[in-house]
Amino acid sequence: MFLDMLFLKYKISCGFFIYNLALHRPTIFLTMTKLLEWLLGVSLIGVAWGLVTFDLLDLKFPPQYRELAWPMPVYLLVAFGCYSLATVGYRVAMFNDCEDAAKELQAQIKEAKEDLKKKGLKM
Amino acid sequence: MASRRGNAKTEKQSDKYSVLLPTYNERENLPLIVWLLVKYFGESKYDYEIIVIDDGSPDGTLQIAEQLQKIYGADRILLRPRAQKLGLGTAYIHGIKHASGNFVIIMDADLSHHPKFIAQFIEKQKEGGYDLVSGTRYRGDGGVYGWDLRRKLISRGANFITQVLLRPGASDLTGSFRLYKKDVLEKLVEQCVSKGYVFQMEMIVRARQLGYTVGEVPISFVDRVYGESKLGGNEIVSFLKGLLTLFATT
Repeated sequence: MFLDMLFLKYKISCGFFIYNLALHRPTIFLTMTKLLEWLLGVSLIGVAWGLVTFDLLDLKFPPQYRELAWPMPVYLLVAFGCYSLATVGYRVAMFNDCEDAAKELQAQIKEAKEDLKKKGLKM
Repeated sequence: MASRRGNAKTEKQSDKYSVLLPTYNERENLPLIVWLLVKYFGESKYDYEIIVIDDGSPDGTLQIAEQLQKIYGADRILLRPRAQKLGLGTAYIHGIKHASGNFVIIMDADLSHHPKFIAQFIEKQKEGGYDLVSGTRYRGDGGVYGWDLRRKLISRGANFITQVLLRPGASDLTGSFRLYKKDVLEKLVEQCVSKGYVFQMEMIVRARQLGYTVGEVPISFVDRVYGESKLGGNEIVSFLKGLLTLFATT
């Protein structure tokens, strides 16, 4: 039932795309929101996964394909999770600390205050 | 040959940079930021003006601004105050109306953004003909001073989520140190509906949508305010809400 819904969503998205292409409206890509892009992408992957895992088109894949495809969604999620943690961790560690900029600013603040006093500013 | 040189000269003469400074209770910092702007613009020989948009600060920011105007001249320092705190988007709209330049620079008035980068923004814009140039803390020499581990983690984490969801093509979306072509800024502010951090994000996302080009320059961000105003749960929640709204609507 879940697969039917997914397949239906996929058919609708494809139909939508072809319809717009037929009307020479490639702008569909420009007006598609990020959310729709994600849903489309996830649906395509979901359908591909469903096709291979449950052999929906009766293509008689060898059992290794099915064994590999079946846990793929979880593998991908875990891989993405690890990638995210590693990337954010690396970026936090490499975050530049601008000591020099802070010192320079302090010195310039002093200079500015004196210069402004000379020019007649009453703070 | 002579006419080509003549055109180049008039091009430089006709480029004017209006710096918008929305202020609220910046009595201490305003003279310093103005002094730095005058110093660096003076050295760079670019034509400029500074528009101070004070939202009825109770600490006397406007009076200090008036003194600065006497010192530096009313052609360099323009005062366009408002009666009360009305928000950043409307401050930009208000400022643009009074800006005589063809480029607009937006920045914070609390000295976290340093005017020395403005010349780099201008050069980058000329180099690539960009519609907007954004200062980034996350690439190249860019960085921050005054943040602890928690703050850095939140910043990088939020930026990562934003990059994954929105794929905006710019590394620093919540930064507010930018150079815009005046008509581009006008068009974008019209379209943007969010508030706070998300407003700055929406500006870049919409700019991409409308086909504008975005350049980046690494900047250093010296945060002297973080110690007093920690980034709390409320702000994080409203950021996520805003991000999801942008995700679903752009």
